[in-house]
Amino acid sequence: MQLRVKNSVSLALLVILSIIMVFPFVWLIRSSFMTQREIMTIPIKWLPAKFGFINFINAFKVAPFGLYFLNSILLAMVNLVGQILSSSFIAFGFARLRFRGRGLWFALLLSTMMIPYTVVMIPQFIFWKTLGAYNTFIPLALPAFFGNAFNIFLVRQFYMGIPKDYDEAALVEGASYFLIYRRIIIPMAKPVLCSVGVFTFMSCWNDFIGPLLYLDKPGLKTVSLGLQSFIGQYSTQMNLMMAASSIAILPMIVVFFFAQRYFIEGITFTGLKG
Amino acid sequence: MHGNGRNIERSQLKWGYVFIAPCIVGLLLFNFGPMLYSLFVSFTEWDMITPARFIGAANYRELINEPLVGTSIGVTLYYAMLLVPLATITTFLVAVLLNVKIKGISVFRTIFYIPSIVPIVASSALWLYIFNPMFGLLNSIFRSLGLPPQNFIFSPEGAVPWLVVMAVWMSGNAVVIYLAGLQGISRELYEASELDGANAFQSFVHITVPMMSPIIFYNMLMALIGAMQTFTQVFIMTSGGPNNASLFFSLYLYREAFKFQRMGYASALSWVLFLIIAALTAGLFRASRKWVFYENK
Repeated sequence: MQLRVKNSVSLALLVILSIIMVFPFVWLIRSSFMTQREIMTIPIKWLPAKFGFINFINAFKVAPFGLYFLNSILLAMVNLVGQILSSSFIAFGFARLRFRGRGLWFALLLSTMMIPYTVVMIPQFIFWKTLGAYNTFIPLALPAFFGNAFNIFLVRQFYMGIPKDYDEAALVEGASYFLIYRRIIIPMAKPVLCSVGVFTFMSCWNDFIGPLLYLDKPGLKTVSLGLQSFIGQYSTQMNLMMAASSIAILPMIVVFFFAQRYFIEGITFTGLKG
Repeated sequence: MHGNGRNIERSQLKWGYVFIAPCIVGLLLFNFGPMLYSLFVSFTEWDMITPARFIGAANYRELINEPLVGTSIGVTLYYAMLLVPLATITTFLVAVLLNVKIKGISVFRTIFYIPSIVPIVASSALWLYIFNPMFGLLNSIFRSLGLPPQNFIFSPEGAVPWLVVMAVWMSGNAVVIYLAGLQGISRELYEASELDGANAFQSFVHITVPMMSPIIFYNMLMALIGAMQTFTQVFIMTSGGPNNASLFFSLYLYREAFKFQRMGYASALSWVLFLIIAALTAGLFRASRKWVFYENK
């Protein structure tokens, strides 16, 4: 919008809002480096006397964050592979083939975006528990191979933008639809599949309720779940709590800075075409 | 040629279902199947140890008479009614502010977006400390400004409003969506209205808002569905307290299902939540006809 926003008022407003947004992170980092005594001083000390990594070392000592990391990364990677395979495959059917029932299934798929997780949570739990999959990663990993509405929709929108001439030319050459999918569409869809990848990684890393329901053994805990029990145990030691939280946040920040483009493009695409 | 066309049609039908087969399986196995099953479970009493026992509508009768159901619906609706308008307005205005071409603007965009990708358990820990009445950030600021200290989420009247503040901080996702939409509005529209003598505020009201209305609607819908299901931060930060002031519906449901193993009753609760969300969504859709403007219609 052309508010002639170059004027200093809106820039000043932006700067103030940004400071408010950033301040919790400053507080997080500052507290991660403080001693328990510095935290408890009133009136408060805004900065630690010295920046040492002792809280991080202690957090790793009192809870197996290394193991939590391995569990989270394993789960995130399996989900990532599952979602990329399934959404790229399923979206091909919805975007590039015409057949009876396509519209109906697509509508049903989109309708699942409106189903609250709370409604399917209990029956799914019963289902997995009956199959003996409680306290395994299966309930948290296997569903990724069947796609989800958000990712399939995102990839389908991208596929729709690829001219049909490619498919027709390949069909004349005698290629099958599977070959078209593998050799023509997938290579062109790399950017959108990267978006699916980063979203999957993020939602998997940040998921709390799934691991809370299915993982009850200490050795299986993910970072989010491990952090939650850590918060429960060390709620009075805010410096440790903040160091542990920083450890859990760091991978997301790293992923964001390396894959920023795919985050922004992916969000933009679903939001606008939705 | 005709025969060839029919061949293509047949082969597309076959391949179409090959491609969407995993999706169909997933829909039946992880969505619609469980929903039907949960409807069935809601008419039983079942602790998952002894066999389920059919008890008719007793779970539904119980939840109507249970005061905590009303409390938790009230808390959840109060939260949603505060959060949805507040988040919609703030994220939209931030996006408008961000929609300028100056160097380094992407840094600002990143600043507003980052809180939405932080693991919610970690942001809960962080805000638990920010809200801490003794040593927390907010009261430290209040004290240095000479304002009286607050109890924030630890007081019955403050719990929901301060959780809303935290949620607004986390809603940067919407900013990015708005920003992309704003950049898609054709410049000519603004130039034309400027020629007609409109000032910046008038073009905002008559061009920006109507052109953005489908996106505003989409973001409101997502915010509403999300708000109605709020769970993690409450589970970690307040456990529903103090005095049930933050007993969100999902938290109440989780307790009944997984603490007290009342699968039947909890399934009935989940259907109530589903119906409430469906009704609110339908209401939002209905209201949207009055204010959402679709360009190509």
